[in-house]
Amino acid sequence: MSIQENHSDQIGRMVEIQPSKDIGQAERFRRRRDRFLTVVSPLILLLIWEIVIQLGLLDSRLFPAPSMIVGTFYDLVASGELWRHLSISLIRIAVGFFFGAIAGVTVGTLMGVMPVVGAVLSPIVASVYPIPKIAIFPLIMVLFGLGEMSKFVVVAIAVFFYMVINTVAGVSNVERIYRDVGRSFRVSRLRSVFQITLPAAMPMIIAGLRVSAGVSLLVLVSAEFVGAESGIGFLVWNSWQVFDVRSMFVGIIVIGFLGWASFTLLDAIERVCLPWAPKNRR
Amino acid sequence: MKSSATGIERIFPHTDATGQKQPEHARISMELRGLGKKFLVGAGEFQALKSIDLDVAVGEFVCVLGASGCGKTTLLRILGGLEKHTEGSLRFYQEKSGQPPTSIVFQEVSIFPWLSVWDNVAFGLRARHASKALIKERVSFYIEKVGLTPFRDHYPHQLSGGMKQRVSIARAFANDPEVLLLDEPFSALDERNKATLQDELLRIWEETGKTIVFVTHSIDEAIYLADRILVFAGPPGHITQIHRPDFVRPRNLTALRATPEYKRLVGAILEGLGISGEPSDAIE
Ligand SMILES: Nc1ncnc2c1ncn2[C@@H]1O[C@H](COP(=O)(O)OP(=O)(O)O)[C@@H](O)[C@H]1O
Ligand SMILES: [Mg+2]
Repeated sequence: MSIQENHSDQIGRMVEIQPSKDIGQAERFRRRRDRFLTVVSPLILLLIWEIVIQLGLLDSRLFPAPSMIVGTFYDLVASGELWRHLSISLIRIAVGFFFGAIAGVTVGTLMGVMPVVGAVLSPIVASVYPIPKIAIFPLIMVLFGLGEMSKFVVVAIAVFFYMVINTVAGVSNVERIYRDVGRSFRVSRLRSVFQITLPAAMPMIIAGLRVSAGVSLLVLVSAEFVGAESGIGFLVWNSWQVFDVRSMFVGIIVIGFLGWASFTLLDAIERVCLPWAPKNRR
Repeated sequence: MKSSATGIERIFPHTDATGQKQPEHARISMELRGLGKKFLVGAGEFQALKSIDLDVAVGEFVCVLGASGCGKTTLLRILGGLEKHTEGSLRFYQEKSGQPPTSIVFQEVSIFPWLSVWDNVAFGLRARHASKALIKERVSFYIEKVGLTPFRDHYPHQLSGGMKQRVSIARAFANDPEVLLLDEPFSALDERNKATLQDELLRIWEETGKTIVFVTHSIDEAIYLADRILVFAGPPGHITQIHRPDFVRPRNLTALRATPEYKRLVGAILEGLGISGEPSDAIE
């Protein structure tokens, strides 16, 4: 009807698509630019912070500029004070992370592979995991004492739940065809878990480790606020108590650096362990 | 070219690669009697396969030909031990103890993305704890057979679709099962790749003398490959016709197409599939 009338006197035309001289230079440039930005963006943040303080937009007694902290940072390094706190925190994280991750992957795998276990445990996990671990830290200290054990435990518990959730998601999303291949080759159940289920779920498990690394830092620092005489969290809190704001900021920046370092480390682990994962293919 | 729609299809002399007749007393590799399969679906049940009687001879190349959804994959999964039949009986002949009865080449990409070509092909042997020497020998033999020797350390994402299916075939053969089950293994490939792989499969079959059950929906493919074609219809899936294309191997489809025997065979198969009209390769 009207469509025909509208187009009755129109003649179609050739539309030209221009060729591109780019055989991949743009993509390569973008990748280089992004790698550069990854390094530069934290520096830019520091620069903005510096400018804001130098312009007097914020009280430099409460928010010292990076240039004002450098001296404090140097003093803390030279006196060994920073390393003392940092090393004890790293040990707490390493131990708690290790045991929490092993337990979390084990329980998560059992839940994903054995429907009965999943049915029993998943409501329990779902209701316990959102409880802030710092809220039960007093109870943990009652059970495990004021020493190192309570710090290991609080980190391990936090990591445990994130690893359970990610492992269950990874394990239960393994393509059916891979399990069928295992069964068609009459692979034993146990072997199938180690040779098929876990490799297939590994990208999700490593994603879980990535989140857990940040979470363990978060939980440990807050635990060290309230129940420790050492560690990077203690450094931050204690510095605030004595109004040594510059030392407090050194602690905060070190925590940020640890977060960045854990991401970088996991990137490297992923590239080595999962060369087949879509994001690592080239 | 005899057809029989009823009764148990018994082994009888079939033509081998050199055109010679096989002995009358050829061993039976698989024996299906009144085999059926029901699935529980919602409140009711679904009959996917019904009263299938079949004997497959050792070393025979059987094609199961049927339209999509008629139960071919279900039959193959039962033969491959992935599903249990719910009616009738199923028996396998075992040459030596410890030898797996079947290996499957799946229709979809089924090689493990986290394993190299070599490790994929070695998967079945490692799973049954074969010796290192045996694994090395078999795996390199079959990787060579499917022409992937230069790619043995590659990961699947570095391979083309045809190469992935080659890995799948090598993995199944390397496991040295009594029977190889292939589920439309070439249907996702282009014509040239398909033709190459069909010839590779025939060559390996002739060299190894394995029993093969090959599912396809292509009449030409079935005629090119099979000693015996089981025409399937359903659901419930059942055998409607059995044909023995006794064309001399190696077969040349282009030449065959001009012959009256070929046209008669295709016409009969189309009828068995419930399609009539011009002979063509058209149940896709
Ligand atoms: N697990 C299952 N549960 C219920 N129905 C199924 C199941 N598997 C297959 N079927 C049904 O059985 C029929 C045959 O399927 P299939 O064997 O895959 O056919 P084909 O391979 O010939 O295309 C289909 O109607 C399908 O829906
Ligand atoms: Mg199918």
